[in-house]
Amino acid sequence: MTSTPAYEHAIDVQQLHKSFGDNEVLKGIDFHVDDGEVVCVIGPSGSGKSTLLRCVNQLEVPTKGRVLVEGVDMSDPETDLNDVRSRIGMVFQSFNLFPHLTVTANLTLAQRRVKKRGKAEAEKCALKNLARVGLEDKADAYPAHLSGGQQQRVAIARALSMDPDLMLFDEPTSALDPELVGDVLAVMKSLASEGMTMMVVTHEMGFAREVGDKLVFMDEGVIMEEGDPAEVLSNPQHARTQEFLSKVL
Amino acid sequence: MKRTTKTRLTRGVMYAIFVAAVAALVLAADWPAIQKAFFNVEIARELFPDVVVIAAKNTIIYTAIAFAGGMVLGLVLALMKLSPVAPYRWVATAYIEFFRGLPALLVIFTFAFAVPIAFQWRPPGGSAGAGLLALIIVSAAYIAETIRAGIQAVPKGQVEAAHSLGMPAGWTMVSVVLPQAFRIVIPPLTNELVVLIKDTSLLFIAGMALSQQELTTFARDGVSSVGNSTPLTIAALMYLAVTLPLTRLVAYMERRGARGR
Ligand SMILES: Nc1ncnc2c1ncn2[C@@H]1O[C@H](COP(=O)(O)OP(=O)(O)OP(=O)(O)O)[C@@H](O)[C@H]1O
Ligand SMILES: [Mg+2]
Repeated sequence: MTSTPAYEHAIDVQQLHKSFGDNEVLKGIDFHVDDGEVVCVIGPSGSGKSTLLRCVNQLEVPTKGRVLVEGVDMSDPETDLNDVRSRIGMVFQSFNLFPHLTVTANLTLAQRRVKKRGKAEAEKCALKNLARVGLEDKADAYPAHLSGGQQQRVAIARALSMDPDLMLFDEPTSALDPELVGDVLAVMKSLASEGMTMMVVTHEMGFAREVGDKLVFMDEGVIMEEGDPAEVLSNPQHARTQEFLSKVL
Repeated sequence: MKRTTKTRLTRGVMYAIFVAAVAALVLAADWPAIQKAFFNVEIARELFPDVVVIAAKNTIIYTAIAFAGGMVLGLVLALMKLSPVAPYRWVATAYIEFFRGLPALLVIFTFAFAVPIAFQWRPPGGSAGAGLLALIIVSAAYIAETIRAGIQAVPKGQVEAAHSLGMPAGWTMVSVVLPQAFRIVIPPLTNELVVLIKDTSLLFIAGMALSQQELTTFARDGVSSVGNSTPLTIAALMYLAVTLPLTRLVAYMERRGARGR
């Protein structure tokens, strides 16, 4: 992006509340991600990390508060939600590839339906992104014939095929066998080095320290602590953060 | 030790009862009478080729029309039942519960006779056409429930992935959910098809000219004109020739499905 954007933060979450029935899962979150920044979110299970991430692209509808993506209010009824979503890539813990479609068809479906690209153009883009994740040779395979690590890299390529401005990752390596985690992290690292704006919920502290620009620690629906990853990891201020890190490190 | 002896003894008694029952049946049955009434080769020969080129053919045509119509209407009802708009859900639920709660024969009878008289309506294809319309309407109620279950069996993550890519609800349904849902419901839908093949026999109530007759009507008319039940046997064999392979196919698909795709 050459011109200065007309917004303050790529993702801007203000006073976000989310309840499921009586269960208040997010209790007033203020949070932002800037263009080109990699923000990692950590915290114990059930602390609301996924819910926060899913509120960003409105897979969950917030109960209260605002989410701005590139300055666009996601709860505004005037907002073309699908248009904004097509600029936000999302990678799920369980991959969620379309099992009835080949790898190429997985990558071209939304390009053709949403971006209205022609077949040839969409396939060219798909192939380019498969090469980016090192899987050009799997273009005609079905997801079921790929390893978990390969499926997750295809899922990343699928998101990239929409030419997103920013990417959301929800524990992208948690469902993988340990020996397959590295390949996926490598792809994410190269994305970060290319300047992709990324919000990453993860348990990979090494990745957070090495690649993250900012680390956010969540507990029971609030942000307890945030800052430089190395700083937070080596010198946590809150007792809750210390307790959590002593368990996972 | 004691337990195995006991098991073996019970087994032995069960076999003995079975053999005795079969023997009793074979000895008691009046074989010549059965053969004369149900397996008269002369009469059987007379039924061909009409039983194939008219009756079996019509059974298949009626089944195909009822299934195709039921699929279209059933899909619409399933989508209505899952609609976020409450009145659509109410209408679909009311329709499904209403027609699943009635005997198909009653609905066919109503459409073939009561409706045309009440509304001065001449159904296309005569009363057989009206009966067929009733069959579509009834089968749609069952097919709708099957398709709805299939749609709901598609994991939520599939819809979320499509939405995260910016796909609108309609395209998500058509390109992501329905192809997977249909794969899931192929076995139960094949069962519906078998039921429908047999249910075309209910059209006999509509009263049909010879050229319109399906297997059961044809066989029944045959029985009254020759005074022998062999046409029923031939019709039964015709039904089984179609339904048995289909039910075997469903069993095969379910076994394969259970092993995981
Ligand atoms: N769709 C939902 N309906 C009801 N409750 C939900 C729903 N989604 C999440 N929750 C609840 O919200 C709380 C936070 O869930 P969330 O998935 O955001 O946690 P998380 O931090 O991502 O945890 P994990 O590390 O286990 O993924 C949990 O108590 C969960 O049970
Ligand atoms: Mg989570």
